[in-house]
Amino acid sequence: MSADRLRMAGPSSLRTEYAPPNRRHRRIVLAHGGGGQLTDELVDEIVRPRLGNALLDELDDSAVFDVEPGRMAFTTDSYVVQPLEFPGGDIGRLAVCGTVNDMAVCGAEPLHLSVGLILEEGLELDVLRRVIDSMATAVAEAGVTVVTGDTKVVARGQADGMYVNTAGLGRVRPDARLALARVRQGDRVIVSRPIGDHGLAVMLQREEAFGIESRLASDVAPLNGLVGALLDACGEDVVFLRDATRGGLAGVLSDLSERTRLHLAVDETRIPLRRETSYAAEMLGLDPLDVANEGTLVAVVRPAVLDAALDALRAHPLGEHAADVGAFGSDEDGLCEIVTEVGGRRVIQKPYGEELPRIC
Amino acid sequence: MSGVRANVAAREALVARARARMAGLAGELGALAGRLGRPMAFMEVCGTHTVNACRSGVHSLIPESVSLVSGPGCPVCVTAQRYIDALVGLGRRPGLIITTYGDMLRVAGAGGSLELARSEGADVRVVTSTREALEVARRNPDRDVVFAAVGFETTAPATASAVLTADREGVENFSVLAAHKLVVPAMTTLLENPDVRIDGFLCPGHVSVVIGSEVYRPVVERYGKPCVVAGFEAVQIMEGIVHLARQAVAGEARLENLYPEAVTPGGNPVAARLIDEVFVPGAAAWRALGEMPASGLDLRKRYQHLDAFHRFGIQLGDDQEPPGCRCAEVITGRCNPLDCMLFGRVCTPIYPVGPCMVSSEGSCQAYFRYRRHEGRRRAPSGAGSVT
Amino acid sequence: MCLALPARIQERTGEVARVLLGDAVMTVSLVMTPDAGVGDWVLVHAGFAMQEVSDQDARETWMLVDEYDVLTPDRPLEGFQ
Repeated sequence: MSADRLRMAGPSSLRTEYAPPNRRHRRIVLAHGGGGQLTDELVDEIVRPRLGNALLDELDDSAVFDVEPGRMAFTTDSYVVQPLEFPGGDIGRLAVCGTVNDMAVCGAEPLHLSVGLILEEGLELDVLRRVIDSMATAVAEAGVTVVTGDTKVVARGQADGMYVNTAGLGRVRPDARLALARVRQGDRVIVSRPIGDHGLAVMLQREEAFGIESRLASDVAPLNGLVGALLDACGEDVVFLRDATRGGLAGVLSDLSERTRLHLAVDETRIPLRRETSYAAEMLGLDPLDVANEGTLVAVVRPAVLDAALDALRAHPLGEHAADVGAFGSDEDGLCEIVTEVGGRRVIQKPYGEELPRIC
Repeated sequence: MSGVRANVAAREALVARARARMAGLAGELGALAGRLGRPMAFMEVCGTHTVNACRSGVHSLIPESVSLVSGPGCPVCVTAQRYIDALVGLGRRPGLIITTYGDMLRVAGAGGSLELARSEGADVRVVTSTREALEVARRNPDRDVVFAAVGFETTAPATASAVLTADREGVENFSVLAAHKLVVPAMTTLLENPDVRIDGFLCPGHVSVVIGSEVYRPVVERYGKPCVVAGFEAVQIMEGIVHLARQAVAGEARLENLYPEAVTPGGNPVAARLIDEVFVPGAAAWRALGEMPASGLDLRKRYQHLDAFHRFGIQLGDDQEPPGCRCAEVITGRCNPLDCMLFGRVCTPIYPVGPCMVSSEGSCQAYFRYRRHEGRRRAPSGAGSVT
Repeated sequence: MCLALPARIQERTGEVARVLLGDAVMTVSLVMTPDAGVGDWVLVHAGFAMQEVSDQDARETWMLVDEYDVLTPDRPLEGFQ
């Protein structure tokens, strides 16, 4: 509003009509990362209402709390997925679930998370709100609390919107005896749900601009409840757990055989895979076995508890389609051999390098 | 849950049928091999056949005496290095945008790859169709946009369509660097080479959709080699091999089309007209096969303004094969990837030496991904071994 | 990739069509298959329809291509209605 108009307008006009144009930010500016009032405003208006709890609200330099005695699990991961939002999730959900799952597959009950945000100048605040909302939902699903965090802002052109780091602290269940060294001949391998959805959902979102639309949704989910159900049912007869993230199921299976030096025989037709995922993979020239998952559990169990393990997983909403896909054999060749759809045999190797950049 | 259970049951029936069919075909192949009493080698012309066969484990089902030899049907693998050098050189020009199919990104010439150039600031964009490339040109009217037109007759019509559209709409900043190749000249040149022993060809399905199955007639009649056109699924590949073996055992040389739902004798006439309107066959430099007459597609003079060679005055240099690289022998069926000393040690998909390892349709990459453990169990063999 | 998959035409505007490939909808050029219309199956490769294929052959191809478990319960695959 020009100075002349301001002078001519009366006091009542000023109160109702005049609002300094930059009073309400719609985008992140550098000052949001300055540690001053604007940072406080960001945390107060966006973070605390969604993630707040007694510990976080203290907003001390460190969260200080007691833990029960026992073995702890501690993990961290950074998330740089592009695009930030995709069917089935977003970078926020990914950041919570990824770290929760890293703890869960070590037999730990996840307790607390830290959240570090690196925001690009110019990021729309509505995007940030959605991402934090999403984090809050995932946090509630997992039953954890975010106890500490940090926010930085970098200049436009950096951070591609936003990067997130989460670290997690959990307490290992006393009945969990998960170790690669325990794997032996005869042990069975279970996959908890159809593979390939996350990586392909993200890849297809990137193709949006050129006319490919797909409803494929990421499988991103916190797995600690599922793992809990499995351990409750089978205890120490569950010998190893892994979530099949980067490198996909192929990465996990080849790793298992290589590191145990046992032969792992897998039947391709038993691996759960949605038809839509299979088509999407064909279209992009990818093998679903190589594609990242963010809510898929691989479990190695003693053969005696195979049925109990499958029952426990299938009774849980995230494990409805759990299937046993293979078994460890006696040959000590460290190879994972798959019997294909048509009865041929080939070896599963770890995918070599980053075929799908920026999917987590 | 009942829907899932019903699906699972239907699925299991499908799997059982497919496995039984494969086992039956494998059995017949074994019997045929036994009757012939000597090894047979069939060439898969198309890289996609090689990859799909490896992925499905077809090699584990065929008898030892039958070998599948990879051919020059991987467009990236047969693109001469001098073309890569020209492309990368263009890419390094400030302001110019290179659009390319993904496979070309990591193939290295003497001056590096497009990927390297991109990391050093070149504007290189991966596209999945020529329509996308044209769209990049429309959206960036102040910049030159060049499309790397690589591929066999399958993709040539797509390039032709883009050229015609650019011409019609006056998209003046668009041009193509054309290096399309023709499949049949490669096959016949191979057969002229005394080192190459092939008992028949598994002909590419999708190239044949465009050019028709009759194009293989000269291979059959002049060289007396069985040619079978097959689809890309494992069962279809296996059927193709069995049909080739039947012919070999009977001493026949016929042209068979096992993919009639998509491949007709004459091909797709509209596609053929598109190619003919825009391109004229000319001599082309092939990796490994050298210069062959009438084996590539050049842009016609009337579309010169859309020809990047013309617009940028590009002269092609010479090829320099990386030392130790046996891609040339691999794509002509004279060397198995596992026999190359660089394979898996120095040459891997992350640090590839030759194009056969870079390309997702290259035999070396297929072997690396699905068959590399076989290297442990092999005794080293010399050139000419193809099992 | 040399691979082409059958897709079913959902909409057509001039030379351009929206096709259904499994679960995904794509835009392709029909310049090589000028007579294909809504409901027809075409083999799609690199953004272009290359050839028309019959209904029955397309269905059989999908069965062959469908190498993995069908886990989507009680929902028929779109494109087959």
